[in-house]
Amino acid sequence: MINLLLFPVLIPFLFAAVLLLFPKKVKAQRIVTMIGLLFALASSFVLLYKVKVDGVQALTLGSWAPPFGITMVSDMFSAMLVTSSLLIAFFVVWYSFSSIGEAREKAFYYPAILFMLTGVNGAFTTGDIFNMFVFFEVLLMSSYVLIVLGGEKVQLKESIKYIIVNIVSSSLFVITVGYLYSVVGTLNMADISVKLAEIGPSGIVTVIAVLFLIVFGIKGGIFPLFFWLPGSYAAPPIPVIALFGALLTKVGVYAIMRTYTLFFTTDVGYTHTLLMILSILTIVVGCIGALAYFDVKQIIIYNIVIAVGVILFGASVMNESGMMGSVFYLIHDILIKGALFLLIGIIIKITGTSDLRKMGGLMKRYPMLGWVYLVVAFGLAGIPPLSGFIGKLLIVQGGFEGDLLWQSIFILASSLIVLLSVIRIFIYAFWGEEKGEHLISDKKYRHLLAPAITLATITVLYGVGAEYLVPFMGDATNVLLDPSLYIDAVFEGVK
Amino acid sequence: MKTNDLIIQTTTKLVFFIIFLFSIHIFFAGHYTPGGGFVGGLVMSSGIVLLMLAFDLKTVQDMLPINYTLITAIGLLIALFTAAGSIFFNVPFFTHVYDYFNLPLLGETSIHTAMFFDTGVYLVVVGVTMNIIQMIGGDE
Repeated sequence: MINLLLFPVLIPFLFAAVLLLFPKKVKAQRIVTMIGLLFALASSFVLLYKVKVDGVQALTLGSWAPPFGITMVSDMFSAMLVTSSLLIAFFVVWYSFSSIGEAREKAFYYPAILFMLTGVNGAFTTGDIFNMFVFFEVLLMSSYVLIVLGGEKVQLKESIKYIIVNIVSSSLFVITVGYLYSVVGTLNMADISVKLAEIGPSGIVTVIAVLFLIVFGIKGGIFPLFFWLPGSYAAPPIPVIALFGALLTKVGVYAIMRTYTLFFTTDVGYTHTLLMILSILTIVVGCIGALAYFDVKQIIIYNIVIAVGVILFGASVMNESGMMGSVFYLIHDILIKGALFLLIGIIIKITGTSDLRKMGGLMKRYPMLGWVYLVVAFGLAGIPPLSGFIGKLLIVQGGFEGDLLWQSIFILASSLIVLLSVIRIFIYAFWGEEKGEHLISDKKYRHLLAPAITLATITVLYGVGAEYLVPFMGDATNVLLDPSLYIDAVFEGVK
Repeated sequence: MKTNDLIIQTTTKLVFFIIFLFSIHIFFAGHYTPGGGFVGGLVMSSGIVLLMLAFDLKTVQDMLPINYTLITAIGLLIALFTAAGSIFFNVPFFTHVYDYFNLPLLGETSIHTAMFFDTGVYLVVVGVTMNIIQMIGGDE
């Protein structure tokens, strides 16, 4: 099965197209979506196994020879990201059944999610820089649908901002790819890597590197390009925020990590130092935002910004510990942000508000929710043995090895602020006197809690079982740090 | 406001079929020469838009009671399944094949799997374009 690496991209696409045939039949939509996601998940697990056993998988579409055809490459890093994105989508869709409302379900909500997954998984899998732009567009188009679906006033306002920002960044993307093409004369990522290594350090390549950082930085939400993120992500309903928060920024982060390890390794002193400085600043503004708001959504959204900074800091030091830490932390963050958004979604459903000052005393009626939230919050802050710990530990270790003493200490300190920001939610929402009324029935509460708890359990297992994941993370790190593995897989049998 | 559109209506009735046939022609011209499903689909949609200009949205919807979302979905599925044929032969996705067939009337014709893919593209383009135009045009 040489086409195996395409299955996580194609299966959501197939099921999305099938869903368009009967948009008004809500029950059928739900069932078909779940079946599709299960198939896609199964294929991604098979892919993980195959990549682990046989190494990097590469396929050039249409039987053309690389670098002329569009190459799709699945290394351990991308296979793991594909699996976690499908996993998150599975839980978000499950959660949506009792949360999103029939009106949206009848308006192409599920097809939009599946089309977005096609784009996300495609962007993770592609080995062609222009094709990456195409998959970015696929996921952006679907995210436009999801952000505006429902047509509330705040959604319309924020979606205009979101669309304008993304159109600007997409056009900059094409321009940057054009610059790169004019320098190296190829679009195949493995081939670009070879050609750029031949060219060596040069001014224009550094300019292109910084342009790519701007393009992907807008999508990923790094300082100072994150300005659109807190507003736009707060507008749609919770399942959509969970999907955006867990996946979309991570696509930008993935693209930065991929281009900064595969392409731009000739002028590390400039490009990666810039990346490091920006990632530290990203953490600073994220921390300020996470403490400044009384709105639960904003607190978690600013935590996304912090996480983006932490991951990119690990990637910028370019040594084994830092890189492995980044990979660990990236997957951890996808899972934990999904779980957190689902949990605060339940809090918002119960109290009918996202303002911390208007809620309180939920512990009495909803102890389970409280404890699960506390565990996930500890996981986010990185308290051992939960999932955030190992990633952050490795990132900090990488920082020390890279002689970035103060920056590493700063990352450690930022964990305390992360902890404080999420514990504030716990204190305000769960402690104290009961305030306000409880708006949802017990049955609905249970239905919402089930996917959230399952996802939370997975994050705990991710942390506790980190030992078993090390070989996988090691493979991902090796390919990132040694581009020749990636290049050889693409040109296998050609050169 | 009802204006007297006799000239444009009469012309449209004739021209529509020319546009339709031309879009089919462009569709088949694709692959070796400029043309193909995307352009053909756009030409076809512009023909339907001309109908809408000459008559009005309601009349055209009665004339062509087509669910364009359905057309889009069918187009996507045709394109996907044509490309997915390669999966069953265990060759890279999108690999295309062609052969020559003796068809009645047409004689020896080369038939290419890319054509079936393009049929899907044609339907998707018509479906999406008409969906957008109907949605914007129907919104008073």
